[in-house]
Amino acid sequence: MSNTPIKTFNVREIREQFPALRQQIYGKNLIYFDNGATSQKPQVVLDAINKFYSKENANIHRGVHYMSQKATTEYEESRKKIQRYINARKSEEIIFTKGTTDGINLVAHSYGELLKPGDEIMISAMEHHSNIVPWQMLCMRKGLTLRVVPINERGELLMDTFEQMLSKKTKLVAITHISNTLGTINPVKDIIVKAHAVGAKVLIDGAQSIQHIKIDVKDLDCDFYVFSSHKVFGPTGIGVLYGKEQLLDSMPPYQGGGDMISKVTFERTTYNELPFKFEAGTPHVAGGICLGKAFDFLDSIDLKAAEEHERFLAKYAEDTLDTFEGVKIIGEAKNKTSVVSFSVKGIHPFDIGTLLDKQGIAVRTGHHCTQPLMDFFKILGTVRASFAFYNTKQEIDTFVEAFEKSLNMLK
Amino acid sequence: MNDIKQREESILAEFEMFDDWMEKYEYIIDLGKELPLLSDDEKTNERLIEGCQSRVWLNTKCTDNVIEFTADADAIITKGIIALLINLVNKLKPQDLVAYDFGIIKEIGLQEHLSPTRSNGLNGMILRLKNEALKHCIS
Ligand SMILES: Cc1ncc(COP(=O)(O)O)c(C=O)c1O
Repeated sequence: MSNTPIKTFNVREIREQFPALRQQIYGKNLIYFDNGATSQKPQVVLDAINKFYSKENANIHRGVHYMSQKATTEYEESRKKIQRYINARKSEEIIFTKGTTDGINLVAHSYGELLKPGDEIMISAMEHHSNIVPWQMLCMRKGLTLRVVPINERGELLMDTFEQMLSKKTKLVAITHISNTLGTINPVKDIIVKAHAVGAKVLIDGAQSIQHIKIDVKDLDCDFYVFSSHKVFGPTGIGVLYGKEQLLDSMPPYQGGGDMISKVTFERTTYNELPFKFEAGTPHVAGGICLGKAFDFLDSIDLKAAEEHERFLAKYAEDTLDTFEGVKIIGEAKNKTSVVSFSVKGIHPFDIGTLLDKQGIAVRTGHHCTQPLMDFFKILGTVRASFAFYNTKQEIDTFVEAFEKSLNMLK
Repeated sequence: MNDIKQREESILAEFEMFDDWMEKYEYIIDLGKELPLLSDDEKTNERLIEGCQSRVWLNTKCTDNVIEFTADADAIITKGIIALLINLVNKLKPQDLVAYDFGIIKEIGLQEHLSPTRSNGLNGMILRLKNEALKHCIS
């Protein structure tokens, strides 16, 4: 990494690499503001998917033939890229999964096996259902207690309460890095230090952070970090669980099958080593390889400038929306990313979402898989515009015009 | 069933006048605004049609083998859609409603709301209307 090329950030150039952004919906230019749900894919990723299935398709880790070995090499190269990107110590610490949900379930089953009745799992009030339900299920299975760190009206964690809730019984803190509904960036570094002080492990749900901020798992010192490829410009159906080697070594396998074994007899099976111990069956080979291409793409741009651009967009959208009577921004944390969730007095989010859609604008409406959070704010749902670095100020202006038109129709 | 053909035709004629989606939705919203509200007492769980994002309540009355509906919803577009359905099938004989295919939905371009996961639950509304009719057919 001695002579790193100079990285730039130019929205227009970046947009050119995303063919999905250049299309019309209902005769209108598409404005894609649903990046929190999933991101669009750059040409390099699309080309790699096409190339893999056209020329390189083979099963991996098993074949003596050329194609199998080539696919294996590429897949393992991709693992190393991801390791470098998030600054993990070893590529063995990078486990390919189906996505965030799968990664959390893996930890809940496998690390969960090591826990005993009376132990506590701690989550927060702003978690996605994916980071609630697997823990509830684990608690039921093993007689553990689930504890929920509360938040304030701005959508920030109550850190004092968090500290008071920690005890020797706390075995795992599973917390989202960034709230998909509120955009809040949680002080995860602080959380990790405090959790470690009582001997608890920490899982960071990185579904909404990997695409917005530079992740360094060594610096964070988290025990697990999970994310989905599809939210970080890669294909769907693949994701990553990072775990500290020692910890992963101490955990039993999650699923049994091919690839995860060392030797099988009917009497006894010995397991493969990391990372394969946790990767039973034929993995999503194309997905793994193409996720690597998504990280190549990210590596080619100035991420700091991209992040600034995203924050500018969010601030601009919030400030503009705020001028409308009856609009309430949901999620006003001091430290937040490019998610703008809002409600409008007397108007159902579904109505706004439907009319925006018909004007070519894709937003998300509803509870965003965070029903307990909606209960906290005493609302049924919000309209959420979530931006990526390929969005523009001009798109926000068009969105605001369309929003105004929708309001006039609904009033 | 002659009557329903006429109702279909008048709805089709209405939709043919619209140039774009926003006009269609403006019409649907107006239908929603015209539909009388249900009182809070009438919005019971039994009357609730399970949809994903917005709630719809359907109230049914059947006298002399004629089935009659009133409804309410918390999203105005959803309310407009149920109003459209009610305008279409209100005061039919239950057996005629059970047999009716709602093919018009496709013709006016609302079929995008028909997929089972679509959040306004048009599918659910149609099923519920038919189920109510079925209940009254049998009893
Ligand atoms: C914070 C958060 N956690 C978990 C998930 C689940 O991700 P996936 O559905 O890709 O497994 C999401 C996706 O919306 C999310 O935003």
